Amino acid sequence: MDVFVDQFDVILRGFWTTIRLTGLSATVALVLGTVLAAMRVAPAPPLRWAGATYVDLVRNTPLTLVFVLVVFGLPELGFQLSFFLRAAIALSIYTAAFVAEALRSGINAVQSGQAEAARAIGMTFGQTLREVVLPQAFRTVIPPLGNILIALTKNSAIAEAFGVVEATGTFDNLIRDYPESFWALFIGTASGYVVIVLAISGVLRVVERRSVVLR
Amino acid sequence: MRAGRFRALVAAAVALPLVLSGCGGDDDDAPTDVAKDTNFEAGTTMAKLNEAGSIKIGVKFDQPGLGYKKPGTDEPEGFDVEMAKIVAAKLGLEPGDIQWVETVSKNREPFLQNGTVDLVLATYSITDKRREVVGQAGPYYVTGQQLLVRKDDSSIKGPDDLGGKKVCSVTGSTSIKTVEEKYKAAPVPFATYTECVQQLLSNAVDAVTTDGSILLGYAAQQPDKLAVVGEPFSEERYGIGFKKGDSAMCTFLSDTIKGAIDDGAWKKAYDDTLGKGGGEATPPTVDPCS
Amino acid sequence: MSTQAVLYDVQGPRARRRTAIGSIIGSFVVAAIVVAVVLRLNARGQFESEKWQPFSDPDIIRALGEGLVATLRVAGTAVLLALLLGTVLAVGRLSDRRLLRTPATWVVELFRAIPLVLLILFFFFRFGVTLGRYGALVAALALYNGAVLAEVFRAGILAVPRGQTEAAQAIGLRKSQVMRLILVPQAVRLMMPAIVAQCVVALKDTALGFIIAYPELLRTGQLIYNGYFNIIPTALVVAAVYVTMNLLLSRLAIVLERRQGRARPVVTLGPAEAPPPTI
Repeated sequence: MDVFVDQFDVILRGFWTTIRLTGLSATVALVLGTVLAAMRVAPAPPLRWAGATYVDLVRNTPLTLVFVLVVFGLPELGFQLSFFLRAAIALSIYTAAFVAEALRSGINAVQSGQAEAARAIGMTFGQTLREVVLPQAFRTVIPPLGNILIALTKNSAIAEAFGVVEATGTFDNLIRDYPESFWALFIGTASGYVVIVLAISGVLRVVERRSVVLR
Repeated sequence: MRAGRFRALVAAAVALPLVLSGCGGDDDDAPTDVAKDTNFEAGTTMAKLNEAGSIKIGVKFDQPGLGYKKPGTDEPEGFDVEMAKIVAAKLGLEPGDIQWVETVSKNREPFLQNGTVDLVLATYSITDKRREVVGQAGPYYVTGQQLLVRKDDSSIKGPDDLGGKKVCSVTGSTSIKTVEEKYKAAPVPFATYTECVQQLLSNAVDAVTTDGSILLGYAAQQPDKLAVVGEPFSEERYGIGFKKGDSAMCTFLSDTIKGAIDDGAWKKAYDDTLGKGGGEATPPTVDPCS
Repeated sequence: MSTQAVLYDVQGPRARRRTAIGSIIGSFVVAAIVVAVVLRLNARGQFESEKWQPFSDPDIIRALGEGLVATLRVAGTAVLLALLLGTVLAVGRLSDRRLLRTPATWVVELFRAIPLVLLILFFFFRFGVTLGRYGALVAALALYNGAVLAEVFRAGILAVPRGQTEAAQAIGLRKSQVMRLILVPQAVRLMMPAIVAQCVVALKDTALGFIIAYPELLRTGQLIYNGYFNIIPTALVVAAVYVTMNLLLSRLAIVLERRQGRARPVVTLGPAEAPPPTI
């Protein structure tokens, strides 16, 4: 148990990196995912095709492979970024595809009458989306987005094999130095993740309740 | 691929294996003569292996120069592999009788304990902690933690120059901990050393650190771009792992290593593999069996 | 008609022109990005024949094939175990008895919160001697996917229209009979897309075996680029294999669904209801 006394700051630092990585990736993924969802429902066929291809490719590729391509590919394309940023980019690229699909289902879940009415009063595609459909889709979309966010938190653990020392990487390192504290370290690390996940679920439940849409 | 390109491809296909197999062996023969008149005490592990006519040896498959197996081929190559063949020869076994099992660092003790392998030669450093769970004979090679840097980067000559620099090694290795704690480097963990070297070549990290023997393997692959620098700042003594408590085996292995050093087989094994990276080889003094 | 289809009117001539311009610009941008990436990679020598030549080597192809088989083996076993575990946990979650419900809920929530990487490391370090790399990987995958499937099953059962349960109870069926005869058969049809999606997830998750050096497809790729220093080409080739495999699996699911006939799938568990794939 003395591992926690000696290495507490190391463990905390690891979790802080996890939180930062998740936060950054989540933000970028939400933005990118929204753009992709918009592309997928846009009137221009090439945009629809590009969006659909992106989603199909990325959703069917293991995240680890996305990491390999980003971490080793970005330097080849001329971008020298920190490993943290590369991990964030990989996670964002991957998660955005799922965000796009969740948003698209959310859009479809809104009653078509809403969009028809918007069209009837002369709103454009952009206005329809922005003023009528997306706000209503928002409420339906929260549970799936919450799941995606939780998945992102867990997926951040993959960064440990690509140059980022986050919570799982810290675990990997410490169990070799303190093999007798194996269970303590495992339970500690797992609890850390559970806490983060519970926090996210809690926040999302509050948001969901606040965004009840009166019909 | 167009015709002209294809022809170049075929030429490369012919040339490449020759270049790659440079590290390792053109050895269809054993590196030393297979013992014909073995005379082991009944009941010893050596006798059992000799009678069985086969042996399972754990080596690395992903360490160029020490234990590397090109995917799709059957035989690994490297210094550990050559030493393993020498041991097998003393048991009266041909290289073809050896069953090679990929052993990554995490597996070495479990594999010996549950009998997945009979021996382990996988950059296996001798430590007291390990000697509590498995037997280790040797060392058959002594190296130390060193640094691999880009040849055109002259700012790092040794571990003392590492302060604040980004140093890559494998997740959880002792090397990465040492540079972080003792030399204040910024650790960058990756899954394999090759990935570390790739990051070194693309200027994302400043150095790669692990046993000098492993680094020599990479330097040998790209001698114009990479170099091993600095004196070893830790000591790693590679031993042969075997099941704990088998003292007859310990004596046999120690004698085999000493014999190989004396009759030149050790030097030949080294020159064929690690020696190509330009390192100097000093045969180690073998520990007595306790 | 889904909302997606009604977001914009049938287009008049001006709208058509605008869409056409948008299309052209859009295509141009996308094409420009792709071309730029390819050119850049080419300048760095990523398309040199020596980096791609290993893939015409029959040894390498055989090794990739073996890696693929290993991946399928791990995924198959893990999915089967996960289906079993998921059923058990789902029954627990849906039970009327608090004694069953609470532990089942805890187990499910626990395994959905822990990263798969952590689980794999746990099994490998603690039980590596008995399980081996294959066993550790399968155990971690089965536990994790089992928890996710438990949620899918639960959502499926709950998605069967209430009327079915009420009618069954009205004619006097017991709870277990209601489950077995009425709910489960209908739920299975609803859940098929989500279950297949989870199979795809399991297939992709096997790639994490590289952390403990289990020789599945990704690790095989690692071993290849360890020797040839061709990380990008290898990654692209391996990615192509995964994408093909997963697309085929999804197609298979669609075919199966269609085969089951148009027997009144009143609702299907779309991505909004079923917990989406997590990795």
